[in-house]
Amino acid sequence: MIDYQTLTFDYARCSEQTPDAPASVRPVVVVGAGPVGLATAIDLARQGVQVVLVDDDCTLSTGSRAICFSKRSLDIFDRLGCGERMVEKGVSWNVGKVFRKNELVYTFNLLPESGHHRPAFINLQQYYVEGFLLERAQELPNLEIRWKNKVTGAEQRGTPGAADAHVALEIETPDGPYTLLARYVVAADGSRSPLRKLLGLDSHGRTFKDRFLIADVKMEADFPTERWFWFDPPFHPNQSVLLHRQPDNVWRIDFQLGWDADPVVEKTPERVIPRVRALLGPDVNFELEWVSIYTFSCLRMDSFRHGNVLFAGDSAHLVSPFGARGANSGFQDGENLAWKLAMVLENHAPDTLLDTYASEREYAADENIRNSTRSTDFITPKSAVSRVFRDAALTLAREHPFARQLVNSGRLSVPAVLRESTLNTPDEDAFSGQMEPGASCADAPVLDAAGNEIWLLAHLGDQFAGLVFSRAGSALDTSTLDTLQALSRAPVPLKFVVMLDGDAAVPAGLPASTVVLRDVQGLAAQRYGAQDGAFYLIRPDQHVCARWRRADAARVENALKRALCVQGTA
Amino acid sequence: MLNTQPNLARPDDFYEALIDMHRDLDEAQSQSVNAQLILLLANHVGEHETLMQAIRFARAGVSEPESHGATGKLAA
Repeated sequence: MIDYQTLTFDYARCSEQTPDAPASVRPVVVVGAGPVGLATAIDLARQGVQVVLVDDDCTLSTGSRAICFSKRSLDIFDRLGCGERMVEKGVSWNVGKVFRKNELVYTFNLLPESGHHRPAFINLQQYYVEGFLLERAQELPNLEIRWKNKVTGAEQRGTPGAADAHVALEIETPDGPYTLLARYVVAADGSRSPLRKLLGLDSHGRTFKDRFLIADVKMEADFPTERWFWFDPPFHPNQSVLLHRQPDNVWRIDFQLGWDADPVVEKTPERVIPRVRALLGPDVNFELEWVSIYTFSCLRMDSFRHGNVLFAGDSAHLVSPFGARGANSGFQDGENLAWKLAMVLENHAPDTLLDTYASEREYAADENIRNSTRSTDFITPKSAVSRVFRDAALTLAREHPFARQLVNSGRLSVPAVLRESTLNTPDEDAFSGQMEPGASCADAPVLDAAGNEIWLLAHLGDQFAGLVFSRAGSALDTSTLDTLQALSRAPVPLKFVVMLDGDAAVPAGLPASTVVLRDVQGLAAQRYGAQDGAFYLIRPDQHVCARWRRADAARVENALKRALCVQGTA
Repeated sequence: MLNTQPNLARPDDFYEALIDMHRDLDEAQSQSVNAQLILLLANHVGEHETLMQAIRFARAGVSEPESHGATGKLAA
């Protein structure tokens, strides 16, 4: 088994360092080989972009750090080609329990329905996630990783918004400095983002006056694979405790310590072990795997785009850990940005499409920060009256179901519905169901043409797709088929996914690249609120951007232009 | 829409019971039952805009006398 925490990667000289190397401008340089930088670089490379990924270090994450990876992140990993490894190694969970003192207040299930490929969450140490992403990245010939390449300077050059606009990065290496030119730079360089500082930019928000202790312990234990959260438990009075299972018999225990705790003293085994022992009891053998003391802030940059530098992940926004909205929202940044960069670099879309990366993800960051701040205010009440209401909600929650809605131990990460995005075409037709413009696509179990049981999401993403529901095959009349044929030959070609009811015959005259799926359980139609003939325009990041009761070539073309920020309507 | 017209079936009985609810409680317990009562009633109302109206009215009842305090007293 590979110990991803001890791996080191070799620095190598790159082409820019050869004397008299021509000053070529790279299409995209990603800064930071953390989880978000790696995922974004993979996404870009898979979409045909030449990517250089630079990192100032030569190792992966030390310590388990982020451990909760959401269903949406798993869907993204699936599209990137490494989801299965993550899920195989990770610990899948859907259920959370909230306790007050020793008493169970309530239980929640984050994925109460079946018929989804991926669970609500897996727990997996960050070094595995980075390791699996790195191994995927190394398979891609157009993705070059440069270790020990530290960005020490950044300068925007050329006419802003024009094709000659680019960024000059000064890179420090063991062999000395060199200049790396990039049309676009993705700054995924973490919460202390050196690039942010180099560009003289700032991040604003709230810092919370509380300290938490993470004790990851290795032990044989029979706790179920659930998220357990205690308010004021007898083994750690007046504070909160969170317990999570990780692979390799490692358990995450997160103790609230309060602002007055001494971060140096509290990190010592002499202080940590008794706290863990109080939770586990005297008979459980355990060893400390990783200990960390943290405080946190909810911060974000005013804008995620500055010229040709796009900020993604913790460099752009920071949340408290309650709700697992940090790394998970970073992957959503990456999936949003990758296809837009690819479209702009391919000249299918103007540079202004990248402005919508900023606006969409700033909107999502606000939602994540709002949720994270609310959880924090519930877990760490900031005033006496806030504490009174918190305890009142917990007291009522034992007997009265309504109060369980108010108990907030973390609102766990779900993707933002990009409802207000300018890339969406507003509904003209009445629809039910949650697959509104701006929503990320729901999964559903389907059969492929050969009768194999597969998942809908495996056929969406990477390019624009038209998802057509033809319940009995009857909705695909001649004019609809003409529409599909025309759209499949458009400059940005649409991939068609036709969803048939159980045993309907495959209609003739479909474009050659059409994927025909069968909605044998009817769950796809149900989740999409789709009637016979319904048409969904899906972005390369698996988000719905338009939907109609029936396909119409002109409308679809206009919606596609809108989703690409292309001027003029057909 | 928050109903601020008389609506209590038995206003005096309700008021007496409300005060009675606090009998023999210390300050912290009183705070706790008040908070629980607010949450129970808020859930019964349910409708968000109505609750926001109630919150605005309640808040105004605290901040207004302070700003008009001196004049109010003189006028009286």
